[in-house]
Amino acid sequence: MLYSHDVTGKGFRMVRGVNHWLMIVGLVVGASLNSSANPIDEPVMAILEAKGIPPSERCPDAVFIRRVFLDVIGTLPTSAEVRAFLSDPAPGKRAALIDALLQRPEFAEYWGLKWGDLLRIKAEFPSNLWPNAVQAYDRWIRESLRQNKPYDQFARELLTASGSNFRAPPSNFYRPFQDRSPRQIAETVALVFMGIRLGNAALTEDQIQEFSAFFAKIGYKGTEEWKEEIVFFNPAGRLTNSVTGKGVVPRTPNGRVYYLPADQDPRVAFAKWLTAPDNPWFAKCIVNRIWFWLLGRGVIHEPDDMRPSNPAWSSDLLTLLERELISHKYDLKSVYRLILNSSTYQRSSVPNTGNASDETGFSHYRLRRLDAEPLLDAINQITGTGEKYTSSIPEPFTFLPGDQRAISLADGSIELPFLELFGRPARNTSFESERTAVPSMFQAQCMLNSSQIQKKIERSSVLMKLAKGFKTPGGGGGRGMNAGAKGKGDGKGKSAQQSGVVGGLKKPFEVLSPVSDPELVNELYLRILSRFPTEQERQKAGNYLTSVKRKPAESVCDLAWALINSTEFIMKH
Amino acid sequence: MSASSSHLDGALSRRTFLRAGTLGLAGLFMARGQLLQGADLSVPTLLKPGNRKKAKSVIQIWLWGGPSHLDTFDPKPGAGRDYCGPYTKALATNVPGIEICQMLPRLATMADKYTLLRGMTHGNNGHETAAYLVQAGRKPDNGLVCPGIGAIVSYFKGYNGGYKGKLPPYITVTSPQGRFSESGFLGSKYKPFSTGGDPGRDPFAVEGIVSESVTEQRQRDRRELLGDLDGFGTDHRDESVVKALNASRDEAYEMILGTTGKAFSLAEEKPETRDRYGRNKFGQSCLLARRLVERGVPFVTLNHQGWDTHKKHFQEMNQKLPVLDQGVSALLQDLSDHGLLDSTLVWVGGEFGRTPKIQQEAPWDGGRGHYGKAFSTLVAGGGFRGGMVVGKTDERGETVVERPIYPWDLLGSMCELLDIDPAAELTTPQGAKVCVSPLARHEIPAKETGGLLREIM
Repeated sequence: MLYSHDVTGKGFRMVRGVNHWLMIVGLVVGASLNSSANPIDEPVMAILEAKGIPPSERCPDAVFIRRVFLDVIGTLPTSAEVRAFLSDPAPGKRAALIDALLQRPEFAEYWGLKWGDLLRIKAEFPSNLWPNAVQAYDRWIRESLRQNKPYDQFARELLTASGSNFRAPPSNFYRPFQDRSPRQIAETVALVFMGIRLGNAALTEDQIQEFSAFFAKIGYKGTEEWKEEIVFFNPAGRLTNSVTGKGVVPRTPNGRVYYLPADQDPRVAFAKWLTAPDNPWFAKCIVNRIWFWLLGRGVIHEPDDMRPSNPAWSSDLLTLLERELISHKYDLKSVYRLILNSSTYQRSSVPNTGNASDETGFSHYRLRRLDAEPLLDAINQITGTGEKYTSSIPEPFTFLPGDQRAISLADGSIELPFLELFGRPARNTSFESERTAVPSMFQAQCMLNSSQIQKKIERSSVLMKLAKGFKTPGGGGGRGMNAGAKGKGDGKGKSAQQSGVVGGLKKPFEVLSPVSDPELVNELYLRILSRFPTEQERQKAGNYLTSVKRKPAESVCDLAWALINSTEFIMKH
Repeated sequence: MSASSSHLDGALSRRTFLRAGTLGLAGLFMARGQLLQGADLSVPTLLKPGNRKKAKSVIQIWLWGGPSHLDTFDPKPGAGRDYCGPYTKALATNVPGIEICQMLPRLATMADKYTLLRGMTHGNNGHETAAYLVQAGRKPDNGLVCPGIGAIVSYFKGYNGGYKGKLPPYITVTSPQGRFSESGFLGSKYKPFSTGGDPGRDPFAVEGIVSESVTEQRQRDRRELLGDLDGFGTDHRDESVVKALNASRDEAYEMILGTTGKAFSLAEEKPETRDRYGRNKFGQSCLLARRLVERGVPFVTLNHQGWDTHKKHFQEMNQKLPVLDQGVSALLQDLSDHGLLDSTLVWVGGEFGRTPKIQQEAPWDGGRGHYGKAFSTLVAGGGFRGGMVVGKTDERGETVVERPIYPWDLLGSMCELLDIDPAAELTTPQGAKVCVSPLARHEIPAKETGGLLREIM
């Protein structure tokens, strides 16, 4: 294997985040690192042993830090963070890193993105939430995540919300539907919070109607304010059976009937039923989703298709996760922490002869392509560039600052071809499968040869600064990151692919003297692949850099280009 | 034809029969008082065998923002200055009885090659919803985001339909249309490839294919370097996701370094040809479209932006119409000269028209607003007959008074010419089934369809 654990980094500076986790290391040293101590591994191993599938070994530290950063905060570690982690001798450093990541602001940003997908947060068709409401709704969600709001409370607030879409943000839960029928709302509630597809869930048409009746008393009205809308409890709302013509009484899928006085909002009763600890779907659905998000496959797969005919890979494992959530009062981070600290999560992605064909289990870490937003953010972080995110509709146009990260985008209507190309969900539905990571020729063209990626690399002051003796065309020397540069506000009528590079970057930088410092190669590897190069790689890279066939600056660009295009970079592994 | 299509014919004949009974025949299809053929509407008008399934490719010229119908294909010189502004004299074309806007002199010489659909209507004035209506050919009310016609054609005529070309089966020149999801629930596989760049410039930097700054030799060096340094990929080469990634790279390099990418090399054309189209982004995009359909690409969209002229409307039109006139006329002539017009369906229009009455009040100061109640579209080739006008608006262009054409009528007709069964089912990732055309199963009420465009098929 290629991973090298030598620490030859020179000029390493401590950064705040690193200090932070080193402090935590001090607190948790002595905590057991024995992998068998994690209760998750027991049911997983039971299945693997029963099937005779040997698990892969524990992944190296360099693989772990990259993986856990990308999985937990959707962010590539910086080279300083990698160097610090690799050189840290503390035995409990992985657990400490996990805790530190769960506290980082990017945690709320990244998971806010996932919830934006699930709740279809988008200004335009077909959600039609409109920009103001999108911002209010998104802020509320990310703030809830920042506060680590208990998940049952989060769900109750969404499900029982009434009020203005601007002033009571969770009321937006009931707005992104083309036809706001009780049936359509019920389908989404079941999908999002129960992980079931009403059409698949072995329910009769009458049962679906009874379930929908919980959402039959929702009213909507406009105000004087443009695109403001009030969602309210409408006692007169009524769902009638299409055959008998009688009013439908709300009943949960497991048979609990609610005869409510006319002045009571059935959504309140529903939310109470849903978030009760004995609910058969609620906790199970979210822990299964978290497992899916972290490991790339649900214990029940797909995670939003729970039904008797789609059994769990291990029901013991699912029960264990469910109990973990409930016993920690619906603290989602407790579930993340438990999974991330398990041997199951920390296995190498390299298969052994006995588990290479295990496609549905958890014997080795599943390779998957980086999702669209973290991929773009990672490339921007490496090159010190940003994007010009705009939305030309509805007017007034939206322009976001150049340091906007893709994982922090609130509005699914913000257009950027890169994100669409790499499988960002359109937020048309709440299905997890809307997000895709299937490689395509267009993606390959974009990575290998688009002006967007090429410009990011060749105009990156950060990369050129790494090369010795470089000067900017203006003679000013490297001045650090361009990430904060503001885009020019001329987005209309322009190819967004062309507008991918922030306006602050003008001409390619020139390297005036040949590059030979091995530290350059180290730094590029740490920055892009989150590890040191092997001796062989260092040599190959060095040969390319010192070749006289092209300008030194081009050679540096090409090396960065090759690493960014490597399978190791494109995949989570 | 399949059973489902003849079912469609049956439905159509009932509808047209009813209309013939109430409205009378005169004026159903007419160009300036001249009654056109196909008058016996009680008999299902079946396509002549020669015209069926003629179309192999579609060139969609999308006038993003909604062009004014009065200032393009449905002039109303009699409506006065409040309506027609400075364009007070319509231009006679080479087909007696058909007039178009005075700003389109080149197109006026070839009206025999195209037909003007003046009865277009859907009634929606919002860009997003109107774009969905026009491009998906259905109403946005079934809770699904359905694919647009480009993705549908790509689905049936692309790799699933025996397309063997290496160029993507659905190409957008130059930027994506935005505002609606082109492929809808069909997903990213059926999204168009957007060229980016500007075909009016040399080199035309086709996004991902032609690099402005990397020479061919350096491309080869880089590819070798990547191979040298991709140890991880080598170690994992047997895993399915890595195999897919490697295959995608090989395909990309065929476009970058192989011969396929030469389709975008407009320098291969004679300078006179390039001049004829107009040496501008739109003109050269039209030329590129011809090169692409020549190579069998089933669906090409030219995303021609800037028609949302709320303000400075006529100043904009004075700039845009000559460019449109030159590009489209050169394209039709060139397709015709190359023998491609019969197999290439050209479609020029936007998501709606614009308010016939000029908005003189502030802040518009002489602009035109969105207008979905009546608008025009030009169609040519691919089995559509030329030299006709279908549908008619009132004397001010405000209401369709004869032969309404809804988006599903047009797209359903296109599907038939392309030999795509309107009743064929598309399946969403979650298993729901949707027919290609909402007409196939009467999802559209009878009062909201004018029927397929039998008049010109």
